[in-house]
Amino acid sequence: MSDEMKSIEVKTDQNEMEEKTERIRDRRVYMPRTDIYESADELVLVMDMPGVSESDVDIVLEKNVLTIKGFPVFDRPEKLNLAYAEYGEGDYQRSFALSDEVDRGKIEARVKNGVLYLHLGKAEQKKPQKIAVKAG
Amino acid sequence: MIYRRYSVPSIWQEMDRMQREMNRVASAFAPERGERSRGTVNFPALNAWTDDDVEVITAEMPGVDPKDIEVNVVGDVLTISGKRSPEDPDAEVQYHRRERVCGEFSRSIQLAFPVDSEHVVAGYENGVLRIELPRAEADKPRKISVKTA
Repeated sequence: MSDEMKSIEVKTDQNEMEEKTERIRDRRVYMPRTDIYESADELVLVMDMPGVSESDVDIVLEKNVLTIKGFPVFDRPEKLNLAYAEYGEGDYQRSFALSDEVDRGKIEARVKNGVLYLHLGKAEQKKPQKIAVKAG
Repeated sequence: MIYRRYSVPSIWQEMDRMQREMNRVASAFAPERGERSRGTVNFPALNAWTDDDVEVITAEMPGVDPKDIEVNVVGDVLTISGKRSPEDPDAEVQYHRRERVCGEFSRSIQLAFPVDSEHVVAGYENGVLRIELPRAEADKPRKISVKTA
C-alpha cells in the first residue's frame, strides 16, 4: 500500500533526484502548490504551506538543487474524534533545479499566513566582452 | 450475539484515509457543477472533529488575509467564505508555474448538531482557520432518571 503511494509521489515530484533514504519521522510528505515567477532581477517562489511558521521551514541549496522542507505543527483538538477529513497532516517537501543565474548571496525567505515567499536574486549579468579585431 | 468494536483496526483507518484522498483528487478533475468553478470546490479543505458537546472545524487556507475571512453559522450549517488575493508583482513578470488557486471562495458544511452561535470562536494562525462550535443547550441530550414506583 505504501509502495503505491510512494510511486505516485515520485511521479509528481519535479526533481530528478531519487530519494533512496528513508525519513526518520513517520509522517506523510506533501508537495506544496507553488507559483514561480521571474522578473528582471529576481526569481520568486510562492508556496502554500498551511500550518508552517517561519521557524518550521528548512531551505537548502546544494549545487543547483533547491530543496524546501516544511514541518508544520498541527494542534489537534484533544479528546475529539476526527469525524470528517479532506486534508491530511504531514510535512512538505519539494525540490527545484535552478539555473546558474541565481546569486547565492541574494536569497531571501519569509513566511506569512502559511505561505512561503522565496526571493532568489539573479546574478548580475556579465557584460559581454568586446574583442577588437585588428586588421593585419 | 452483540459485540462492539471499541477500536477500529488501523488498516481500515488507512483505507478510509486513502479513499478520501482519492475522492478529493478525483473531484478536482470532475466536470464543473453549477456555478462553482474548479478549484473552489475544494478550497478550503476542511477537517471536522467532534464529541458530544463541541465540534471543531479546521480549514487549510494559506495566504488569505484574516480580514477577508467571513464565518457564518445558521442552525447547524457553517459557511466559510472569503477571498484569496493573488500576489501582485510588478507588471513585468513572467510566470513559470501557476499552481495556486486565487479568487473568492465559499463553502458550507452541515455540522453534527445545531450550535450555540453566540459562543462560536474562530482563530486563524499560519494559514489554518480553526472554528470551535459548542453544541446548543437545547439540543444536548438529557438524562431522564427512572423512578421506582
